Amino acid sequence: MTFKSLILAAGMAALAAGAQAEGIKVGMITTLSGGGAGLGIDVRDGFMLAVKQSGRSDIDVVIEDDQRKPDIAVQLADKMIQSEKVDVMTGIIWSNLAMAVVPATVAQGKFYLSPNAGPSALAGKGCHPNYFNVAWQNDNLHEAAGAYANTAGYKNSFILAPNYPAGQDALTGYKRMFEGELAGELFTKLGQTDYAAEIAQIRASGADSVFFFLPGGMGISFLKQYADSGVDIPVVGPAFSFDQGILQAVGDAAMGVVNTSQWNKDIDNPTNAAFVESFQAEYGRLPSLYASQGFDTANLLISALNVASPSDADAFRAALKAADFDSTRGDFAFGSNNHPVQDIYAREVIKEGDVFTNKIIGVALEDHADVYAAECNM
Amino acid sequence: MSTILIIEQVLNGLQFGVMLFLMAAGLTLIFGVMGLINLAHGSLYMIGAFAAAAVAGLTGSFLLALIAAMAAAAMAGVLIETVVIRRLYATDHLDQVLATFALILIFSEGTRWVFGSFPLFLDIPDALSGPVSLPGGIEYPFYRLVLIGVGLVVAIGLGLLINRTRIGIQIRAGENDREMIAALGVDISRLYTLVFALGAALAGLAGALVGAIQSVQVGMGEPVLILAFVVIVIGGIGSIKGAFIGALLVGLTDTLGGIFLPELFKLFTDAATATSAGSALASMAIYILMGAILIWRPTGLFGARA
Repeated sequence: MTFKSLILAAGMAALAAGAQAEGIKVGMITTLSGGGAGLGIDVRDGFMLAVKQSGRSDIDVVIEDDQRKPDIAVQLADKMIQSEKVDVMTGIIWSNLAMAVVPATVAQGKFYLSPNAGPSALAGKGCHPNYFNVAWQNDNLHEAAGAYANTAGYKNSFILAPNYPAGQDALTGYKRMFEGELAGELFTKLGQTDYAAEIAQIRASGADSVFFFLPGGMGISFLKQYADSGVDIPVVGPAFSFDQGILQAVGDAAMGVVNTSQWNKDIDNPTNAAFVESFQAEYGRLPSLYASQGFDTANLLISALNVASPSDADAFRAALKAADFDSTRGDFAFGSNNHPVQDIYAREVIKEGDVFTNKIIGVALEDHADVYAAECNM
Repeated sequence: MSTILIIEQVLNGLQFGVMLFLMAAGLTLIFGVMGLINLAHGSLYMIGAFAAAAVAGLTGSFLLALIAAMAAAAMAGVLIETVVIRRLYATDHLDQVLATFALILIFSEGTRWVFGSFPLFLDIPDALSGPVSLPGGIEYPFYRLVLIGVGLVVAIGLGLLINRTRIGIQIRAGENDREMIAALGVDISRLYTLVFALGAALAGLAGALVGAIQSVQVGMGEPVLILAFVVIVIGGIGSIKGAFIGALLVGLTDTLGGIFLPELFKLFTDAATATSAGSALASMAIYILMGAILIWRPTGLFGARA
C-alpha cells in the first residue's frame, strides 16, 4: 500500500515536472458572459489568434469567465495561481476587477499583462515591475478627446459620464486637455439606459460640443436617443462607444461622430493589415480595438518568451519591458511605469457597404504617456 | 432653469413611468393572483426586445416586430409557467426566487447563444422618428410621445379588462381566494397560465418599445426589473391602479430628482461637489420615496393585504 502510493506520488511528481519543463502557462480571466461579454470575447479571440499564429504549442492558456464580478475574479485568480500554477496572468476588462486581482497577483511574483483595464492607481503609486499594461492608462483616450476638441475649435463643452471611478477619470482626462469652458458637467447612473433628461439639459445649455464617456449599452442608448432628439451639437467621445462590436447596434445615429482610439483597422502597417485579415478569416467578423489589444498582449508575451522564461523573472521582465514585437498600432513602447507611450488617433464613423466602421482622420496626441508615471517609483 | 426645460423633463418622467407600468403591471398581477415572485420577468422583457429586433431586421416592419415581441414573450411565459413555475405555487417564496433566478441565467445565456454577445440593432420607424414642436416652443421626440400614448392606452385597456370583463372578475377573485373560485368551477390552472401570458406579453411589449431607443442586449431586463419591484411595492402588491400610480411616481421622481437635486446642491456648495453629491442622492431618491411611503402606508398606496 505504502509502496504503491509512493510510486504514484513519484509518477505524479514526474508528470508535474514534465508539465513544467514543457512551456508556460497563462491564466486568462475575462468577461465571457452577461452584458459585457462582447469585450472579453474580443480580447480572448485576439489573444488566441496570436498564440495560434505563433505556432507554439508550449503556451497553455487557461481561460475562465469572471462574469464581471470582482469576487469571482479574485477566486479565479487564487485558483489559477495556487492550483493551476500559472506563470503569467492576463485578460481582465474592467478596472474594478483589475484593482481586486492585479496587486495580489504581482505581489506573489507572477506577471500580469493587462489587455484593457488601466486604472490610475496601478499607473501611479501602485505601479509594479511585474505589471504591464498593453492597452492604455484609463485617462488616455479621454485626454485625446479633449485635445481633439481644441483642434476642432470647440470652446464650450457639455460633458457627461457615469458616476463611478472610470467615469470620474474620464471627465478628469478630458478637462486636463480641453482648453475651453464647460457648459455643463453631469454624472449619470452606471447602467442608465434613458438619457432623455440629460439630452434636455444639453439642449438648454448652449454648448457647442458634447463629450461623453458611456461604454457599451449606455452609449448605444445615448446615441440613438441623441440622434432622435433633434439636438445637433457635435459629439466627441472615446472609442468605447464606437467599437466594432456595438456600432452596428447604434446604426445611423453614430454616422460622422468623431471618437478617439489608439488603434483602428486602417492603421497602415503590415502587422495590422495581416491581423485584420486573419481575424476576419478566423472569426467571420471585423476586429474591435479590444481584439487588437488581446492580439498585441499575446504578441508581447511571445516576444518575451523568445528571449527568456518566466522562471528567470529578471530576464523575462526585461524582455517584456523591451516590447520588442510588431504591434498592430505601429510604434509601441513602455514608459517608466510599464504603461504604453503611443499615438492616439481621432477617428470618424463611416459606412463601408452595409457595415459601420471607423476611419482615422488625424492624430489627436502623439507619443502620449500618462500623467501618473511621475508618481511611480520602482 | 427655464419652464420649457421643466415641461420637457416632466414629459420624460411620464414616458419613463408608463413604460415602467407595462413591466410592473405583469409583475403585480402575477404576484397578486398567484402569490409568485417572478424574478424572470426581466428576461421576458429582454425576449420581447430580441424578438422585435430579429423580426424588424428580417421584415423591416416595426408593427410586425411589436406583434412578434408580444407573441414571443407570451409564449416564453406560457412555457415557463407550465414547465417550471406551476410546481412552485405551493412552495415558499425562497424556492420561487431561486428557481426564477435560475431562469434569468438560463434565458440570458440562451439568448447569447442564439443571438451572440453583441447588442442588436432596433431602430425607431421613420414615421415616428425625429422631434416635433409642441405648443410653447418645446421640441420633443415624437417617438416618446407615442410611448406615453401607448402606455396610457394599455393602462386603460388593462383597467377595463380587470374591472369590466368576466376574466377580470376571475382574476380579482383569484387574488382574494383561490380555493373558493376553484370550488366554483373556474379552471384555476388555465387562469394562472392566462395571467402569466398576459403579464409576459406586456413585458415583451415594453422591451420592444424601449429597445428601439435603447440597446437590445443580454441583461437589459434586470435593471428595469428592480425598478418594477419598487413600483409594485409603492403601489401595493396586486393592484393595477397602484402599479400605474407607483410607476408614474417612480418615473417622475427619478427623472426630476436627477435634474433638480444637483441644481439644489449648487445653492450650497461649489459646482463639482454639487454634481457628484446631487447625482448620488438622485439615484437614491426612488428608494427614499419607497421608504417614506412604506412608513406612511405599510401595504403600499393601494395594497389591500395586511
